[in-house]
Amino acid sequence: MSHQDNPNSTNDREANMDQKTQNQARDTQRRDATRRPVSSHSLADVANSRLSSVGVPSGSSTGLEARGIHAWFGSKHVLEDISLDFFTGTVTALIGPSGCGKSTFIRILNRMHEFIPTAALAGQVILDGKDVYDAGVDVTKIRLKVGMVFQKPNPFPSMTIRENVLSGLKLAQIKIENADELLESCLRRAGLWDEVKDRLNEYGGALSGGQQQRLCIARSLAVNPQVLLMDEPCSALDPGSTLRIEETIRKLSASMSIVIVTHNMQQAARVSDFTGFFLADGGPGRLIESGATNDIFTNPKQQRTEDYVSGRFG
Amino acid sequence: MSQTQIAVKPTRPWKLTFRDLVPDLAGALFTVFGSLAIVAITPLKGKLGFTFTLITLAIITATTVSWIRKDRKAAMNSTTTVLVYIASAFVIIPLLSILYEVVRLGVSGFSLRIFTEDMSVTASDTDLNEGGLLHAVIGTAYIVFFATILSTPIGILTALYIVEVKGRLSGLVRFFVQAMSGVPSIVAGLFIFAFWMIQMGNAYSGIAGGFALTVLMIPTVARTSEEVLKLIPQDLREAGLALGATQWRTVATVVIPAAKSGLVTAIILGIARVVGETAPLLITIGGADAINLNPLEGNMSAFPMYVWKNLLIGSPNAISRAWLGLFVLMVLVLIFFAAARYFSSARRRFK
Repeated sequence: MSHQDNPNSTNDREANMDQKTQNQARDTQRRDATRRPVSSHSLADVANSRLSSVGVPSGSSTGLEARGIHAWFGSKHVLEDISLDFFTGTVTALIGPSGCGKSTFIRILNRMHEFIPTAALAGQVILDGKDVYDAGVDVTKIRLKVGMVFQKPNPFPSMTIRENVLSGLKLAQIKIENADELLESCLRRAGLWDEVKDRLNEYGGALSGGQQQRLCIARSLAVNPQVLLMDEPCSALDPGSTLRIEETIRKLSASMSIVIVTHNMQQAARVSDFTGFFLADGGPGRLIESGATNDIFTNPKQQRTEDYVSGRFG
Repeated sequence: MSQTQIAVKPTRPWKLTFRDLVPDLAGALFTVFGSLAIVAITPLKGKLGFTFTLITLAIITATTVSWIRKDRKAAMNSTTTVLVYIASAFVIIPLLSILYEVVRLGVSGFSLRIFTEDMSVTASDTDLNEGGLLHAVIGTAYIVFFATILSTPIGILTALYIVEVKGRLSGLVRFFVQAMSGVPSIVAGLFIFAFWMIQMGNAYSGIAGGFALTVLMIPTVARTSEEVLKLIPQDLREAGLALGATQWRTVATVVIPAAKSGLVTAIILGIARVVGETAPLLITIGGADAINLNPLEGNMSAFPMYVWKNLLIGSPNAISRAWLGLFVLMVLVLIFFAAARYFSSARRRFK
């Protein structure tokens, strides 16, 4: 950390960051004010207000569990000993500065990590009681159960909206009777149906960025995953689209487990039940602290977590 | 704020007015007349002398005008601009003059009759109102068709191996594909001649010509397809794989459809590479004056063969027939390419 090197500039930056964070928090409060009354203006309150609306997550049924995950690219150790549980019916946010291994970690969860030629790993990812990295496991079945939404909206350019939503069935060679029903329910769950119901035969690329991202969410829902991994799904979107996607996430979390990587602390506070804070302090990325989002933002146990969530660095 | 509405006219302030163009026009006129004057009074003579003077003078004039009006940086910009224009002219002028010559000399003998007759009962020397080139149309169609259906799958699968599978040997395969694209076309013909005809004891036939052109066409299709596939974002592949698809399924339903128009271009470039090849056909199809509908057996003709044969005969009528052959080949290829482009880019409106 270069905190001590140049105190003046760092202080300025801190002041800026605090100001910015508070402004953002205040905006958030205003937006949420119609739904629930909020008295003060901090991230902790955002997290708290969410908690009061959804109740304490039960955390009983474990859908997905990472045990002692390490990862390497070549000889570079990028993740060290990460253990995290993801419960069905909850949203888990992964926060931390760029390059701390959050994306690498979620790509490990659905076995996308192995597409990087130099990648290596240690540890276990338990899905339904079985390690997804066990010999003889069908990778394609794992990816059906653990869906993924990427940072940049990436609808398939050669397909119409309808074909995009149903592409998972075609890709995984699943045959179903009532494709139209599935199409509508996926688009409804992704909060896109009303906007596209009259233009299902247009190409996906004709939609706006936010709509494309919701189309990608609908696409991953069509194969009925248990877990949905989202790698900074809103980083390329405007605030309005971001809000729509957060609403979608909230609705979806009732029926599945969602893991979302985000750089937006308000987003983590708004949508997640649990939060994991990653940090790579020069070495490999570590899970500094994890727990209920409310706790992470209200009274974190680690000083570094508090520094990060209050915008003092990162 | 006044309530009256002011009609705002759209303008383009960055557009050059006539006044701005006056110095450039003066420079251009000076260049042309200056070159004419230099050619008239100095030993530099003829078209070549004029071209040389024109280029030199154009560079000097453009640079000087910009330097005087603006500064040194603008002068450098003008110099490179003129050089770029000259380079484009060097590409376009020969191309247009070839087109012009082919049309001028070829169109005179053109009638629809030539698509119904061959040369089996007509001598090349006879007047152009007899005989036709149906045998060459059929021959080229057969040979190019065979070459295309053989080299398209091989070429595209090779590209898929290099880009998608990224196997252990992909570097080696890419190297060989590049080396193959440099092989002289006569070598491809000799390879088929030695292997298919001498070793395996086959006679001249259309399919032998098809094989020879396949050897030439594979590297073009493979290299172009490789470039096209590399342009497909990695994101799309990952999205496909993340939906539980196998690699082949992802390639077939996501990557290839996304690259479709590019792959069609690869095939078109491959056909363009081989359709005018003469050397490999000389030693594989044998040449003929009569229609041969059987591509597996017997001598076959093709457009390049037809042109070559008539040029060798050398009489005025025969040479006119050669030009006619070139003209018809050019038009047919143009129609074919336009159609391929249209169908590859036409997107389905309704499903």
